[in-house]
Amino acid sequence: MTHAGLPLRPSARMRRRSAVNRLMEGVGTIAALVAVSLLAIVVVSVFRRGGGEISWGFLTKAPAGYGLPGRGIASALVGTLLLVLLATAMALPVGVLAAIYMTELAPRQISGVFRVALDVLNGMPSIVLGIFVYGLIVVAHGQSGLAGAFALAIIMLPLVARSTQEVLRLVPSTLREGGLALGAERWRTVVGLILPTTFGGIITGTVLAVARAAGETAPLLFTSSIISTPGVTWNPLHALASIPFTIFQLSESPDPADHRRAWAAALVLIAFVLLASLAARALLARTRRKLAR
Amino acid sequence: MSVVPSSHPLHLGGRRARGRLGDLVLHGVTLAAALAGVAVLVLIGLEVVEGSHRAFGRFGLHFLASSAWNPVKDVYGAWPYVYGTLVSSLLALAIATPLSIAIGLYLSELAPRGVRGAIGALVEMLAAIPSVVLGLWGILVLGPFVRAHVEPWLNHTLGFTRIFDGPYSGFGLLPAILILTIMIVPIVSSICRELFLAVPSELEEGALALGTTRWEMIRGVILPAARPGIAAAAILGLGRAVGEAIAVSQVIGNSNGGIARSLFAPSNTLASGIANEFQGATSKLQVSSLFYLATILLAIGLAVNLLAQLIVRRFEFRRTGVD
Repeated sequence: MTHAGLPLRPSARMRRRSAVNRLMEGVGTIAALVAVSLLAIVVVSVFRRGGGEISWGFLTKAPAGYGLPGRGIASALVGTLLLVLLATAMALPVGVLAAIYMTELAPRQISGVFRVALDVLNGMPSIVLGIFVYGLIVVAHGQSGLAGAFALAIIMLPLVARSTQEVLRLVPSTLREGGLALGAERWRTVVGLILPTTFGGIITGTVLAVARAAGETAPLLFTSSIISTPGVTWNPLHALASIPFTIFQLSESPDPADHRRAWAAALVLIAFVLLASLAARALLARTRRKLAR
Repeated sequence: MSVVPSSHPLHLGGRRARGRLGDLVLHGVTLAAALAGVAVLVLIGLEVVEGSHRAFGRFGLHFLASSAWNPVKDVYGAWPYVYGTLVSSLLALAIATPLSIAIGLYLSELAPRGVRGAIGALVEMLAAIPSVVLGLWGILVLGPFVRAHVEPWLNHTLGFTRIFDGPYSGFGLLPAILILTIMIVPIVSSICRELFLAVPSELEEGALALGTTRWEMIRGVILPAARPGIAAAAILGLGRAVGEAIAVSQVIGNSNGGIARSLFAPSNTLASGIANEFQGATSKLQVSSLFYLATILLAIGLAVNLLAQLIVRRFEFRRTGVD
């Protein structure tokens, strides 16, 4: 088979082509490595520098007051908890209902208009939301946990609505048709048949939105930001402290002790956010499997 | 379509009427929720524009071109903020886009099947890091590193361009660009991955069957097919970079003293400027000027978003139009 004049060796041109191929594959691999190592570097920095400062007292004691050393971040933990709970209470029902309207009831064009609106809302710079709530509420009523939660709810709304829509689309249409064929009204089909199958997806979306809202600083700057007061505030009618704002404040301080506390607070925040994203991922996989059956 | 005469002869049972009512309530409540989203959007526009009314009346459109930002004299101009925003986000995008395309290609075409999902998840995790944490890292880890290694190196090799000039500080445009790059890479690269995965595998296999190498197939088939989508992804990344306030204000050095050619110099962006100055704002005109900055930011954000959506729509249309 092999003739002397037909050597089975790659030509110079072929060698060059495969060298270029290998080079570009290498570039892709290195790029992915860069992204993953950036994540590792940031997370490791936070854990190494913040780990030593974390203690039971740090988590459960209120700060000593601005400029004073020591004590903990209890008021910020409570504040973030309240802000996120209130924001969820505002965004979750509206987001789910809006998604039901867009996927189950609205004519296509109209639901397209709403989709564009939600996408634009999703891309809105969060500092603009802060300014907006400042003008709408804070100018007249002063800063409060409610105002901050409202700003966070605007961030959560498109996330909740979109993930609800996605899981509604996964619901097999046979379920819808079956309900209607049995003579059930539209609302019974939606409330009794479709919604229960989408719980997993809605929870996933909510967890992701909570993770996002818990880490936001910009919407709180003008709506619920206080220089750490001694004592823990549970009243959302007053301005609430929050973990992101605490980190922001401590990071701008020249004092290395403040930096250590900022790292520790960042560790708390990042651990929460990463765990929430992981949990959401697992939940999503489970919902997909269940609906695919 | 069911045609029901208005004078329905049949008596509607109570159950039936309740069903009607239930449907009506469901329709009403869900429509109200959907409208609430639109209402918020409209309110945001009105509120921000109204807040900037005083500054608009005083400075007009000249505000955009003026570099004066002087609370003592109560004179304000947006140009340094606009300039800082443009330079930081465009340069971040210039670094992030090729990097993201490469990551997207790795995740969709090159990575071994076993690690593909895991690496994709890790890249997306990068997007989950709160910006204030990234900013803290920027101040205390990235900044010192940039000051000690990156800035001296850039100055030695490219200092003659005067773009990398001046004292090394670790605060300024350069670290802001790097932080923004880190923030937008996960967003752009996960969109890229989806785009590349959506390219029909018949086309890829066809190219490979013709004897192309994997890179030639990528360059000849995947990248051209995904080009509009890549543009949309980059624009969405740009929108994110333009709107980022906290992390940028932590590392950019916050100057409002005008414009320097060097990337080492402290600067400011629209978003970081608002974040920084708002609490210190004393006069009504200054607050209104900050609302004016927010209006510009809103306009950029809106334009960027709609443009990206337009590209995606046309792209989808073309793809489905072929079928």
